[in-house]
Amino acid sequence: MRPFIYERPTDVSAAVAIASRFTTEDDHPTRANAQFIAGGTNLADYMKLGVAAPNRLLDLNRLEEPALRQIRVTDDGVRFGALVRMGEAADHGEVKRRYPVIADSLRLAASGQIRNMASLAGNMLQRTRCEYFREPSWACNKRVPGSGCAAMEGFNRQHAVLGASDACIATYHGDFAQALIALDAVIRAEGSRGAREIPFARLHRLPRDTPHIETDLAADEIITAIEVPALPWARRSRYLKIRDRESYAFALASAAVALDLDGDSVREARIALGGLATVPWRAGEAEAALQGKKLDEASAGAAADAAFAGAEPRQHNAFKVELGKRTLVRALLETRDMKV
Amino acid sequence: MDPAAPKPKENMGEPLPRVDARLKVTGQAAYPADLPTANLAYGALATSSIAKGRVTKLHLDDARSVPGLLDIVTYGDMDKVEKPKFGNAGATSIGPLHDRTIFHDGQIIALAVAETFEAAEEAAQLIRADYEEEKPSASFDSPGTKTIPAAGKSPLFKEDVKAGDFDAAYAAAAVRIDARYSTPTQHHNPIELFSTTAFWQGDQLIVHEPSQNVTGWKAELARELKIDPPNVRIVSPFIGGAFGSKGPMTPRTAIVAVAAKRLGRPVRCVTSRMQAFGTQTYRAETRHRIRIGAGKDGRITAFAHEGWEVTSRPDPYVVGGTSATGRMYDYGSVLTHVSLVQADRNTPGYMRSPPETPYVYALENAMDEMAVALGMDPVEFRRINEPKAEPIGKKPFSSRSLIQCYEQAANAFGWAKRDPKVGAMRDGDWLIGMGCATAIYPTAVAPCAARVRLTSDGDVRVQCGSHEIGTGVRTVAAQMASERLGVPIDKVTVEMGDSSLPPAPVSGGSISTASVCSAVLKACDAIRAKLSAGATAEGGPLAGSHNEELDLDGGKIAARGGASAKIEDVFKAMQIGAIEEYAEFAPKGATPEAVKKLYAGQSEFHGGDQDEDSVKYAFGAEFVEVRINSYTREIRVPRIVGAFAAGRIMNTRTARSQLMGGMIWGIGQALHEATEVDRRYARYVNRDLQDYLVPVNADTRDLQVILVPEVDHAVNPAGVKGLGELGNVGTAAAVASAVYHATGKRIRDLPIRIDQLIA
Ligand SMILES: Cc1cc2nc3c(=O)[nH]c(=O)nc-3n(C[C@H](O)[C@H](O)[C@H](O)COP(=O)(O)OP(=O)(O)OC[C@H]3O[C@@H](n4cnc5c(N)ncnc54)[C@H](O)[C@@H]3O)c2cc1C
Ligand code: SF4
Repeated sequence: MRPFIYERPTDVSAAVAIASRFTTEDDHPTRANAQFIAGGTNLADYMKLGVAAPNRLLDLNRLEEPALRQIRVTDDGVRFGALVRMGEAADHGEVKRRYPVIADSLRLAASGQIRNMASLAGNMLQRTRCEYFREPSWACNKRVPGSGCAAMEGFNRQHAVLGASDACIATYHGDFAQALIALDAVIRAEGSRGAREIPFARLHRLPRDTPHIETDLAADEIITAIEVPALPWARRSRYLKIRDRESYAFALASAAVALDLDGDSVREARIALGGLATVPWRAGEAEAALQGKKLDEASAGAAADAAFAGAEPRQHNAFKVELGKRTLVRALLETRDMKV
Repeated sequence: MDPAAPKPKENMGEPLPRVDARLKVTGQAAYPADLPTANLAYGALATSSIAKGRVTKLHLDDARSVPGLLDIVTYGDMDKVEKPKFGNAGATSIGPLHDRTIFHDGQIIALAVAETFEAAEEAAQLIRADYEEEKPSASFDSPGTKTIPAAGKSPLFKEDVKAGDFDAAYAAAAVRIDARYSTPTQHHNPIELFSTTAFWQGDQLIVHEPSQNVTGWKAELARELKIDPPNVRIVSPFIGGAFGSKGPMTPRTAIVAVAAKRLGRPVRCVTSRMQAFGTQTYRAETRHRIRIGAGKDGRITAFAHEGWEVTSRPDPYVVGGTSATGRMYDYGSVLTHVSLVQADRNTPGYMRSPPETPYVYALENAMDEMAVALGMDPVEFRRINEPKAEPIGKKPFSSRSLIQCYEQAANAFGWAKRDPKVGAMRDGDWLIGMGCATAIYPTAVAPCAARVRLTSDGDVRVQCGSHEIGTGVRTVAAQMASERLGVPIDKVTVEMGDSSLPPAPVSGGSISTASVCSAVLKACDAIRAKLSAGATAEGGPLAGSHNEELDLDGGKIAARGGASAKIEDVFKAMQIGAIEEYAEFAPKGATPEAVKKLYAGQSEFHGGDQDEDSVKYAFGAEFVEVRINSYTREIRVPRIVGAFAAGRIMNTRTARSQLMGGMIWGIGQALHEATEVDRRYARYVNRDLQDYLVPVNADTRDLQVILVPEVDHAVNPAGVKGLGELGNVGTAAAVASAVYHATGKRIRDLPIRIDQLIA
């Protein structure tokens, strides 16, 4: 690991001020000289591996604004401070009751130790685990733009079948993000150009020909909160995560599903897919296919077909198309059968 | 889950807690890289990013400019040192810094040494190499690999066993199968990372490194460094998991020793988890073709097992599990052949039950297929083919309790409730499958020395250069001394893991308990004899009693008639303070030089299929229930039952723990573990525990170990069969059998994953 300067600003504006002093407008957060660190479970790992190399770390854990660490549930929605730990949100009674898909997505992620350390903002911004990205001796467009992509023709079992480009097929592995994108969450951020609100669906960028640019954030922007509206489908919601082992593994395929039902038929469906796409993936086609339909095996199957119509399998991940469809079907039927 | 401390049955010792349990769970046990060492410098490895070619230039300037950098050991710096030797105590013949040739991915190209660990790592990451690259051959089917017969390439694999006329018998068989199986590359990934700490005191070199073979390493390191073996000491008091990976010494040890010499101060190098994939050994991928022919009555008449194993270019590492699979059942005729496939890879090495894990997996999966082909219950099929003598040399088994294992495990598992029809058992959306398989492991034993001292206070010290790799050997050695000398176990201390102690064989092949206990037993009996002589001598407290009638218990020596004396008083009468006995145990059939060889670091194995009088194996039967989701096809193992018979069980707690660990590993082999090789570059891809999956607690639900009583005096004086490597043999086949039962899909390539079931 390379030496770096470590600072602990005590409020958001101080943190933004330092960040903007050491970064430029064109810097991307993951490539900037100064980078934020929260739980450190993702960034510190990548610094040790030589994948990330900021020379200045701004530790957010001393920021004194209490809201950064609070979960507020009202009838309008839930607001999570950016520094809330995954474990705390997963265990929050009202979150579990009103937004089961959020609590499940967090509970099924990582391990107890990591959930106690990792922050919600850090979780949303976690970077891919593509094996070729994690090890600097491989060609990787995301790590070194223009160097090529070793995964494309390599061992790509965990890679994405949705949203890939000719430059990068790395999966976005986070679970929480699928719940957020399904529930129309909004992010609050503060930077040198002021505070703003970003629909969660616009936070992450498709790889296209710039896989090294991962989000819409500026290098000096701090995420302060995540807000999820209390819409009718939130309570009947579920996160299904399929993986090689029972716990402590990333999803091969996952589905976040929220349903507003009128008897048997679907008034509104909200669907996101994890472990399958390069970014948090809202399956709008599947939602549309279900609207107004009776939810059964056949309509769920049709929705799943719609969700994967544009899937592009590679050598080792072809099974994920069929797995993704079945994961979605199972998640839809299980969500339908939830007692709420 | 069955109790952690099973009640001993016939011929089983007490489930005493491990003597070092407290140290381990409180973090006080000092593993080699924890041993306090003054004025340490830190080393970090730089490794190659290609698998084949030459290093044409190393760029060291950036690394040299790192503040705190002390030295870089690289090409040229090892010229005065001998190249490593493959075999016995050496992992590979590749001397990575002796030669700029790159033989495999992740080969050491330099060692950076600095004042701090961080600086060393930074410098190592800054070392860049220019290569003259060649196209490597990664594995089976890669252009450029060379296939050679394995027989005779390793002293442990002399021949392809055979019996009778396979071709004729197979052609004539009423029912036949012919199937191919494969197992993937696997890395041991012990939680304790690999490390070397080396320092010199004058001419003396001291090395702290986790090792399963301190005496062997001492000899090999002395040879490489061209110094006298007595000047080398290897210290390895605790080992945080080994599974074979710490059996042979790797080239890093000598490199760190040279760095310490150059600097004149201690150097510690802890290899990163990623680097371990290329710098240590591993289980290479294997392929198998099995043909079985049987009559309609289920009697096997023909069995053929062909195996292919990947190895490195320079070193013919062989596992050759056909010597066990060829002897498993009453086959009639047997044909086997093992081939090595040389590729541009690092040299593989022992990994828990090296031959049996892949070969028995293939055999037992095939046995299950055959039972299906015959329309026969798989347990019944094995019963019908239970041999009276092994089919190759027609020697008897010294003991064989396989059928008892099957009966007890089947009973506990509830096998009778299984509906044999494929896909017939279901719980909601979950398909249920049940399967079984045989476990086998050869019972070997090797020469071993030990020193035991009993003081007049009743304190006992056992010294033996064996290794506590987590098996509990320290505990069973203490137990043996405590039993024979009649003192409570907390009066016994056991020193192990140091090449300055009386030598013990490599802690591999599940020989440690038998070999160590046999030597400790011998030393204790010599102490008993002296004590008895003292007690019964004229003027002794038990004068007049006969020696052979005496027994030691509770700190007393007692005659059969009832008279007894405190040990303390016997010592007083003898006017001595302590009795110390050194004993050498050599197994039946050992060569006259066996103990001499032991001192030179070579372990002479006896038993298994090597003895004249009988073949010696431990057996078990494992039953597995799987549940497979009917939509998403993930496989879970809610239940597993194993019954094992392994001669005298020294300690039911540590025995259960070993077998349980083995079964859990077996689940991992069946469903999780695989090192992925990028076939274009012959490089390992998933080099960390994030992507190299092993089972976690949630994957191991209800696990039951049944210890089946067995008495076998032929194996060794302690009557012990090793069981450390028994539990993970067969498990993967039992899982495959259960997956077939649930889904009708016969998966022949491990690991069994959603990928294969969803199509
Ligand atoms: C072994 C392992 C298994 C895992 N399994 C899973 C899993 O199954 N599912 C899953 O979803 N995740 C999993 N994770 C990922 C884990 O959840 C993330 O590492 C964690 O959530 C990151 O949070 P952090 O606070 O530690 O982030 P950090 O490492 O501190 O930061 C991550 C990134 O976010 C940026 N950042 C952090 N906070 C802010 C902020 N407030 N504003 C702007 N930028 C910010 C940092 O600059 C950095 O780029 C696993 C991780 C490990 C190590
Ligand atoms: S898939 Fe993306 S992250 Fe992975 S190697 Fe290719 S470019 Fe890099």
